[in-house]
Amino acid sequence: MSEQNIYLPYLMTIDKIINEAPGVRTFRLKFQNEEEADAFNFKAGQFGEYSAFGEGESTFCIASSPTRKGYIECTFRETGRVTTGLSKLEEGSTMGFRGPFGNTFPIDEWKGKNLVFIAGGIALPPMRCVIWNSLDLRENFKDITIVYGAKSVNDLVYKHELNEWEERPDVNLVTTVDPGGETPDWKGEIGFVPAIVEKVAPSPENTIVIVCGPPIMIKFTFPVLAKLGFKDDQIYTTLENRMKCGVGKCGRCNVGKLYVCKDGPVFSKKQLNSIPAEEY
Amino acid sequence: MEIKYISKEGLNEWFSQIVKSGKRVYAPVRERGQVEFKRVQALSEVAEDYIQTTQSIKSSVFPRAEVLFSFEKENGKVAVEDFNPDAVKETVLWKVHPCDAAGFKPLTAIFNWDYKDKLYNTHLEKTTLVTFSCAKADNSCFCTSVNGGPGNTAGSDVQLTMMPEGGAIVEILTPKGEALIQLAVSAFEKDKGEDKSKYLVDVPKVFDVEEIKARLATAFDSPVWKEQSERCLGCGACAFVCPTCACFDIQEDAHGSKGKRIRCWDACGFSLFTLHTSGHNPRAVQSQRWRQRILHKFSYMPDRLSVLGCTGCGRCSRACPVDMNILEHLISIAKK
Repeated sequence: MSEQNIYLPYLMTIDKIINEAPGVRTFRLKFQNEEEADAFNFKAGQFGEYSAFGEGESTFCIASSPTRKGYIECTFRETGRVTTGLSKLEEGSTMGFRGPFGNTFPIDEWKGKNLVFIAGGIALPPMRCVIWNSLDLRENFKDITIVYGAKSVNDLVYKHELNEWEERPDVNLVTTVDPGGETPDWKGEIGFVPAIVEKVAPSPENTIVIVCGPPIMIKFTFPVLAKLGFKDDQIYTTLENRMKCGVGKCGRCNVGKLYVCKDGPVFSKKQLNSIPAEEY
Repeated sequence: MEIKYISKEGLNEWFSQIVKSGKRVYAPVRERGQVEFKRVQALSEVAEDYIQTTQSIKSSVFPRAEVLFSFEKENGKVAVEDFNPDAVKETVLWKVHPCDAAGFKPLTAIFNWDYKDKLYNTHLEKTTLVTFSCAKADNSCFCTSVNGGPGNTAGSDVQLTMMPEGGAIVEILTPKGEALIQLAVSAFEKDKGEDKSKYLVDVPKVFDVEEIKARLATAFDSPVWKEQSERCLGCGACAFVCPTCACFDIQEDAHGSKGKRIRCWDACGFSLFTLHTSGHNPRAVQSQRWRQRILHKFSYMPDRLSVLGCTGCGRCSRACPVDMNILEHLISIAKK
């Protein structure tokens, strides 16, 4: 019996904690075991199961880029038992990580194309991985547009990186907040993400769109993209169904015959059309 | 496969040698009017004259609650202790019905279809199944409609077919079965050439599983789910007695600085099963959960794992507190 226990997490040290927004934190994690660190690999889009020992596991995407070696990052909002437990941990503490799990964004197939990223609220983290992955391989892609919205200015995550993308000449960043969420000195857009996408009106010509956000945002963004001329196989998203085991066994992320943890979390809109929408 | 005969006396001798070998033996035992698998020491403890145990024997390879690993915290650091396969004991499951043995195939498919589950595989490797073909059945039994049968040997290491005088036809099906025979080789006699089929109960085939699968492919939006599930309590009893249901939860059992991470049975019929922390629940009502149960067993599993998630044991119908009868439901789906 040589196989590993797939439920046993890697032990990770919290190297750095960044407070992103109210209740939202980013942890930079390093492997405690060097051999595990050396053997570890992942690709943009994959997720993990993160443990607060004594509280349990929670599922988040890996928010850092595979082009940045030596650590992984996760960003989470303090919401339930596990995320509250994680929030109590300090820099230097030990937590657990299982992964990487799931499929990946087919970034190699996107070479030579324009990329449009559309994210809402706490859904920027799953996209940040592929954004940095693309920016670190910038010469592989043509125009890169990022449309990111949150309820309020305060709720925008990765504020330091938004500034960095804003200043880059090779990135077109459009930020927006919901009406009423602006501050007096807010210079971005005001309005819901789907409306802003319509206003930005990216061309579907040789372009891939990656959409991540709350179900309501995705629901209203898809018709806008269709109106702009995007075909379903040009649109990608990640699903975030309830997951526990991460390895296709516990049964709860079953959507139609697919498992989000194994067949996803990355799906093209074309693939989504073949599974029942009410199940995700 | 080799066939032998064992007399009533030989059976006693073989059984006592199995117990003597140090292997743990689990068999159906009657207690307070119920028959359940329990650890036994003597053949006389084993129940007779019953149709089915309330619980299946899947817990021998997929325990109701199982420690995945333990941990201890100290000053922000954590030490973990992995699952130890050496602590899992060699086990013989005695007098398992063919429908329960057939359940090991879908369980194995689930626990190994991609990532291999070390815990499940350890239990399975250390388990030997001695099945008894069925001479009795009731109206809840439908093994023959789901590719099984009262003398089906799938999943068995040894199968016994009892004869009226107390002896049995012994089919030795796997090397594990052969090793079990070797514990009391002199207890076995030459095959008497008897046809086992004459000792089997007749379970009529009542639906075509391929026909059901074909209907389910387009039945997602059918009103049948609401009709069938209107009285479903979402209690999960059907899943807990099922020999193939393998959905589980992962829970923390922690006290102070020490704790265990535990896998425990769960059920797609529970309202919290798919509830997101955000409050969004993709399966918010019971009819959606009932649909998931049927589609998973009869459509998704055959498609993904090439195996049915049902062995026709009928336990779900017997256990249901509101008399939902899966057999009736399947027949009605087949006729739609």
